[in-house]
Amino acid sequence: MTAPPDLQRAYKASLDCVHCGLCLPSCPTYATTTNETDSPRGRIYLMRALAEGRIDTDDKSLRGPLDRCLGCRACESACPSGVRYGELLEETREAIGRVDDNTWRRRALRSWLDRFIAHPRGHRFSMNLLATTQRLRLDRVSRALPLPGPMRRSLELMPKLAPSRERRPLETGIHEPKGPVRATVGLFTGCMMETVFGRVNRALLRVLLENGCRVHVPAEQGCCGALHVHAGLRERARPLVDANIAAFGKDLDAIILDSAGCGSAMKEYGHWHEGAVEFANKVRDMSEFLDELGFVPGTKRFEVSACYDDPCHLCHGQGIRSAPRRLLAAIPGLTLKPLARPEDCCGSAGIYNLVQADLADSILDRKIDDITRSGAEVCITANPGCMLQIEMGLRRRGSQVRVLHIAEVLAASY
Amino acid sequence: MDFLASLLRRFPQGRVLVDTASKLAYECDGFPLHRRLPLAIVVPRSTEDVRDIVKLCNEHGVAFVARGAGTGLSGGATPGDRPTVVLALAGMRELVRFDPDDRVAVVQPGLVNLDLSVAIQDSGLCFAPDPSSQKACTLGGNVAENSGGPHCFKYGMTTDHVVGVTLVTADGTVRHLREGDGADLLGLVPGHEGTFGILTELELRLVPAPQKIRTWLAAYSDMSAACRAVSRIVGSGVVPAALEILDELTIRAVEASVYAAGYPQDAGAVLLIELDGSHLAVDTDTAVIESILAEEPPLTLEATEDAEQRTRLWKGRKGAFGAMGRLAPDLYVLDGVVPRSKLERVLQEICEIGRTHEVTLSNVFHAGDGNLHPNLSFDGRDPIQRARALEAGREILALCVREGGSISGEHGVGSEKLEHMEFMFASHDIEIFRAVKACFDPKGLCNPHKAIPTGASCKEGASAKAPGVLGAH
Repeated sequence: MTAPPDLQRAYKASLDCVHCGLCLPSCPTYATTTNETDSPRGRIYLMRALAEGRIDTDDKSLRGPLDRCLGCRACESACPSGVRYGELLEETREAIGRVDDNTWRRRALRSWLDRFIAHPRGHRFSMNLLATTQRLRLDRVSRALPLPGPMRRSLELMPKLAPSRERRPLETGIHEPKGPVRATVGLFTGCMMETVFGRVNRALLRVLLENGCRVHVPAEQGCCGALHVHAGLRERARPLVDANIAAFGKDLDAIILDSAGCGSAMKEYGHWHEGAVEFANKVRDMSEFLDELGFVPGTKRFEVSACYDDPCHLCHGQGIRSAPRRLLAAIPGLTLKPLARPEDCCGSAGIYNLVQADLADSILDRKIDDITRSGAEVCITANPGCMLQIEMGLRRRGSQVRVLHIAEVLAASY
Repeated sequence: MDFLASLLRRFPQGRVLVDTASKLAYECDGFPLHRRLPLAIVVPRSTEDVRDIVKLCNEHGVAFVARGAGTGLSGGATPGDRPTVVLALAGMRELVRFDPDDRVAVVQPGLVNLDLSVAIQDSGLCFAPDPSSQKACTLGGNVAENSGGPHCFKYGMTTDHVVGVTLVTADGTVRHLREGDGADLLGLVPGHEGTFGILTELELRLVPAPQKIRTWLAAYSDMSAACRAVSRIVGSGVVPAALEILDELTIRAVEASVYAAGYPQDAGAVLLIELDGSHLAVDTDTAVIESILAEEPPLTLEATEDAEQRTRLWKGRKGAFGAMGRLAPDLYVLDGVVPRSKLERVLQEICEIGRTHEVTLSNVFHAGDGNLHPNLSFDGRDPIQRARALEAGREILALCVREGGSISGEHGVGSEKLEHMEFMFASHDIEIFRAVKACFDPKGLCNPHKAIPTGASCKEGASAKAPGVLGAH
């Protein structure tokens, strides 16, 4: 038995839990399996047991429950005691990761994150490769090949990519608004948003400019490191954070994002990186920022009926629920239809859908059922992972419902 | 063949859990002061599965306990004093049949309380018992514990809403018990705390959802004023749907949490009053309530009939227990009952007991039926604090009984109050309980060491001093 890992902060956070169980119904994995080990309370209890040395870091039975957690943090929204579950999970995964450091799975994950997510050229290269594969229709062939599960699933997950000239990066430098300047902001372009949903970043830029923002798009910005942090690889995320701090400088009023997952991770940099507190304080989700600034919509009508799906890392991670709905209510022509359980996870959760396929599929099915029942023509959300996941779910059912990012809907009014 | 091998042969992989993590996760329920690692966790899907598990347990002389969502506050769903198998019933959560004309629903025991009311809401009916944990707790647990909730003041406890059950008794026989079938055997089931057998199906009575609901939030400078208001309201003959009080410390803990309801934080106590029923009834009673409140005006008064505002006002009450985690790592929720007329004085004495034992004590309770929930917050890792909390709890329950009340209103006895049974019952009372249990569970395998003292230790045995409540001496 190895000594209990150093989990002092996690241990302290776990003490806030009094085992009341009010978190159980909020947890998508508990709702699916009803196993206590798949519930937030069960996981907190196990993390506490780990810190107390009641279960060994090497114990295989500990991995399943922790690996199966989506990290959606719906439990934080349900917890009367204010347990900081996200922090607790990250720190525990970090500790377990140190033990697992040399397993092939862990090495493969690190190498994939470093080369194809965090490295801009590697990321762009892989997306171009994917686009070519799709153009040559090789992606269909590849489904028949004995590829590793996560790789096969990432091919299914990807929508039909536009040709590379349409996926070109957002023009870097300073973009000036038409009218008087109301704020000077930085635009964080993200990885997937930039390479898969370039149209969303363009839409956000348009909306910011229409609302009197001078927008800086620094060329040196890079990956936010969220996936590293969630996987318990904080130290590998540190240089990424430092690079972004340097890229955005100190003179901006705010740093704006259209990826809820990146935003949530960036707002929490200060939890583990002392030098990043000031930067983290400036991070704003686009809805939050526009709502505070006083959003001025355009006059063009956008005649669709839509439902709004709350990304977990926006509603649970950042507590942002009403701002996007207020912005959408201001769009002429748009009808918002109620969506059942809008705050439930869609099963995307970073790379969860690639590594925990079965559970992710059950969770996605529920989300697609709810979207279909809402009768909306368009599902609006605010995070690239959710967009990919929900699009895949709709595609599987042959549904006509389109998925749009909130930035695209706002931009449609100009 | 040994017991585990037989289980594993009967059930597919993933339905018999024996790994360390699972055992840890099922070692305690909402009363973590008592914990014990289970022998195994089995996940049944049907009455037949449950029957087979129980039969295997009988063959091998192994103890077993049913568990729903594990939100119980008396240790009822935790392994007792010997190696025990946990039957995890949360996955048996179907709404089997809903008959709006007869106003009944047949459900599996793992269905969550609130999920039933949500599933049938379009019919205009609802399930009345609403424990504070209703969004998480299961109906099987509600029936087993005879749970209450804020609205039980008007609608009665869970026992008043059970029409029939399917019970796999402790020897593995499947029994269907129903209202009106000869002797009232069904009457024994609500509140049996899982000691007679395992419930696998419930037929529940539904009530029409009220036409109109009006809720008040009255804030008072001190607890006594809130208690006086309660006495006046009950004395007037009006039967509110709920009368709930939260004290100062609870208000502050709740207001710091995601369940913040906007309770005034400078108040010494807040009183929630709810009327429900037909438009006419609510309007008539509203006049009475408002004139009573005017006799001794509260610091602030808020009244609403808006569904969203009502949800907000109740949110703080429903999240109150969990919010106590903000005060200290551990929480011991007591469940004593006292006659309503003595509320004010008993509460003062309870606070005094808290001070004597240096335990942080907060109060949130069902004032209408005198069901107190003193919450003791402490750090259980410190043996001194733990001992103080347990002793304070013991004295508070003894006080409740001395004042003509009871050790439990709605949370059950479980393992938590085994020692306290002696305050209420003489040894001949306990003998009767044991005899009844033996009819269902001759081998004593079903949730042993719960609800009924076994006399194994001198402390938990019934006392000769207690007057007894069942029959003559």
